[in-house]
Amino acid sequence: MDLLLLIEQILNGLQFGVMLFLMAAGLTLIFGVMGLINLAHGSLFMIGAFAAAAVAGWTGSFLLALIASLAAAAMVGALVEITVIRRLYDREHLDQVLATFALILIFSEGTRWIFGSFPLFLDIPAWLKGTISLPGGIQYSLYRLTIIGIGLVVAVGLFLLISKTRVGMRIRAGENDREMIGALGVDISALYTLVFALGAALAGLSGALVGAIQSVEVGMGEPVLILAFVVIVIGGIGSIKGALAGAILVGLTDTLGRTLLPVIFGAFMEPSAATTVGSALASMLIYILMAGVLIFRPTGLFGRA
Amino acid sequence: MMRERHLNMIILALLVLVPAYALWADEPFTITLATRAVIFALAGVGLNLALGQGGLVSFGHAAYFGMGGYAMGILASHAQSYTPIMESPFLIEGTNSMPVIWLVAIITSALLALLIGALSLRTSGVYFIMVTLAFGQMFYYFTISWPAYGGEDGLSIYVRNQFPGLNTLDPIQFYGICFVILCLVLFLVNRLNKSPFGLALMGAHQNEERAVTVGINVNRLRLVAFVISGAITGLAGALFADLNRFVSPTMFSWQISGEIMIFIILGGVARLFGPVVGAALFILLEHVLGGLSEYWFVYLGAILLFVVLFAKGGIIGQLSKKESGHEG
Amino acid sequence: MISMNGKAALKTLGAATAMALALASAAVADGHSKVKVGLITTLTGGGAGLGVDIRDGFLLGVKQAGDGGIEVVVEDDQRKPDVAVKVADKLLQSDKVDIMTGLVFSNLALAVAPATTAQGKFYISPNAGPAQLAGRGCHENYFNVAWQNDGPHEAAGATANKMGMKKAFIFAPNYPAGQDALNGFKRTFEGEIETEIFTKLGQTDYAAEIAQMRASDADGIFFFAPGGMGISFLKQYADSGIDLPLVGPAFSFDQTILPAVGDAAEGVLNTAQWAPDLDNDASRAFVESFKAEYGRIPSIYAQQGFDTALLIASAAAKADVKDTDAFRDALRAADFTSTRGDFRFGNNQHPIQDFWVRKVVKDGDIYTNTAVEIAIEDRQDVYAAECKLEW
Repeated sequence: MDLLLLIEQILNGLQFGVMLFLMAAGLTLIFGVMGLINLAHGSLFMIGAFAAAAVAGWTGSFLLALIASLAAAAMVGALVEITVIRRLYDREHLDQVLATFALILIFSEGTRWIFGSFPLFLDIPAWLKGTISLPGGIQYSLYRLTIIGIGLVVAVGLFLLISKTRVGMRIRAGENDREMIGALGVDISALYTLVFALGAALAGLSGALVGAIQSVEVGMGEPVLILAFVVIVIGGIGSIKGALAGAILVGLTDTLGRTLLPVIFGAFMEPSAATTVGSALASMLIYILMAGVLIFRPTGLFGRA
Repeated sequence: MMRERHLNMIILALLVLVPAYALWADEPFTITLATRAVIFALAGVGLNLALGQGGLVSFGHAAYFGMGGYAMGILASHAQSYTPIMESPFLIEGTNSMPVIWLVAIITSALLALLIGALSLRTSGVYFIMVTLAFGQMFYYFTISWPAYGGEDGLSIYVRNQFPGLNTLDPIQFYGICFVILCLVLFLVNRLNKSPFGLALMGAHQNEERAVTVGINVNRLRLVAFVISGAITGLAGALFADLNRFVSPTMFSWQISGEIMIFIILGGVARLFGPVVGAALFILLEHVLGGLSEYWFVYLGAILLFVVLFAKGGIIGQLSKKESGHEG
Repeated sequence: MISMNGKAALKTLGAATAMALALASAAVADGHSKVKVGLITTLTGGGAGLGVDIRDGFLLGVKQAGDGGIEVVVEDDQRKPDVAVKVADKLLQSDKVDIMTGLVFSNLALAVAPATTAQGKFYISPNAGPAQLAGRGCHENYFNVAWQNDGPHEAAGATANKMGMKKAFIFAPNYPAGQDALNGFKRTFEGEIETEIFTKLGQTDYAAEIAQMRASDADGIFFFAPGGMGISFLKQYADSGIDLPLVGPAFSFDQTILPAVGDAAEGVLNTAQWAPDLDNDASRAFVESFKAEYGRIPSIYAQQGFDTALLIASAAAKADVKDTDAFRDALRAADFTSTRGDFRFGNNQHPIQDFWVRKVVKDGDIYTNTAVEIAIEDRQDVYAAECKLEW
């Protein structure tokens, strides 16, 4: 494998990681502030994609579709927070896992009820189609570069939000001491709804962005959800920085593992066996990575003990 | 309101009466459903030991369920094709004897639980939930892409395995086997819970610091509980494989881990009969709701949500009106 | 419009069942017992679109066959093998069906078919055709109306030859059907395999594979990526700017997913036993009535479900289903007008049939497939030789 291809694969890993970060950021934010494990985060990802596909179908505008995905996911998120999630903050993790598992069932089949059993159409807008030449002659998809850009903007935005704004100050205070912030007269339940809606909106946005190059179908959220959990656990739950690091680590591991392992095994096995074994190992690789990280750092890379 | 012990007796009686009625009314499918419920209950009883008594929320018990299933699948498929599993360094033949298969299922899943438990118990809380999930996923992807035993296609075993003196293909006799095993395991788990080991495990769950100060090795205690828990779930996996005469990687999927958890929550966490009631109710819901609408998962989700939010202590908790399941 | 599908389907289900029941009494008067069919298919979750089409096609076929006296019980398998086994037990033990059909996915069919045939009932597969059941594991009560799994891939190999492909880049998900797909392609492809890759089952991002394609010396790509995987790959490939020709089995270009792929699929050649514009009366009538009934173009899954119903009806008209031997002979005769034209069973009770090259075209606002030419004529699967059935 030559160097240029390797660089392109690293770029691919980076882009996959950024995509995971968008999903993981909301998940880790919600856990950090409210201490909630939200399995239904994948459903919000799906809702974003379906909303975007529907609006793009009506209006033909990709920007409107993105806005719709943010709005729909944030609205559903706020609604679910007020009716259900709010009752789970004081519960054990077990109850949270089960209740949000139940929400997955409701959202998935509810979506199928509304939109039918067949995948929907959502495409990259014409102005983002095609490839551009990078230094060294690499042809790279403009849309994928845009995703990397959006992901980095969101990452910076979240850092600024949390470290520089009033809301961010409250969020940090809430992470450290929930009773204290209530005593200071902050409307904590409104803050929680806001944080949850923000996390949901991020999931919805990533659903729409990913939906344009993947398949918009019922059940699209769960595989990503599990990857996002792997990401935040590796990074340290509750840490945005950790989510970014974890996402990029997982993205690179998965992409490079997929392409390099069969080549490595090919050095000392016959080709078809190397392909099979290499691919099998590649599909387990991120879980091996996660187990490895947790064994040596039981609270993840950036987690607090 | 009745005592939990009386309620448990009623549940056991129902587990005898329903199949008996089905036999009388010639409805073999009801017996099949009951067998399914009993096997799921057994898997739940296994998880409940770690999750309920020990407070170890494992989201990866499908690993042991699948391990038990594949123990059966691999042994029986070799017996079916008359090929040995390995010849060197020593000969291992397949078998279609249930007791042997159960033993292998218990030992392999216990060993697996020992390995996963030893690594996972270094973490706690959400990290523990997620790292157990990760181990489950590893096995899921491994079995899908590993071609030797069918990959995603799984393994079909055409004839149910043998138990001396019984016709295992007869639904009611196979049900009898599963029911007796469930009763035995319930009895043993009940004894274990009341033993110094069980009390210490519960104590460590409620107050870890205190347990440490009185000199309990909390980690070893939890590891032992985790291993026993995995072994029981593995046994359930072997029975499940025999019920379906089929194993596949879906036995390792995270949805199975989730379902086993659901049984416990529905029935009541840390209650001896919690998983039994939960599994039976789940099977019943699946059967009744599945017939009502194509979109029955919506209703199932709503019911689950209601139980988690409003029925603390699960069904048993509601019926016996006792919030804590900590007394036998 | 799409949201209507569910309701319309349910209504049709009701109508078809009522009609079947009404016809049943007539059939009983005729001397034959009525045929009870259990249809297990995927109706919930991600793969539901395929199951819905099989069901709708089958029920339409039952309705049109009329006088066969067929009663249908529909069950959902949730795409889980253990659930499929459970509902199969229900259909066999509780509903006492004579024939089972419906499963979409090979791994589910492998869980259900052997158990069904072992109990002396028929399993007639409308889609999955795993090699295990076509070769040494063939069974006198197992029929397949669609194809043996390798068929469409072998046809794709032949198509690649005609396209002048010399060095192929081939990939499929790493699971048995994917491994079979690559083997099927290699069996008929005469050029050289430049790169061979297994992707992860359920993979949705193909950036890494696409980069390898760009770097390779291949002059064409064969791929097998059913359902959502195919949608993802095609969209990403179209955006990559690579213009190597693609070829693949119809599963990634089917009517159930074409609307979701859009222009990324336009012009691509793919292989199947049928296309919606196939030039024969049975096919034309089927497409018209399916559109009238459900308001959409039928997929190959719907076509296979429809043919399965016609086959069962043709046998039911000739023989009593309780007389297993006579009914099996009637099934083997395949005395029905298939929507795909010529149709007969080989000794392993899998079809011997033509495979077509189809091309994705835009017809008004709708993407669909048009038949181009026959890819392989009168193809019988290679496993038939290993099957010991004689009749």
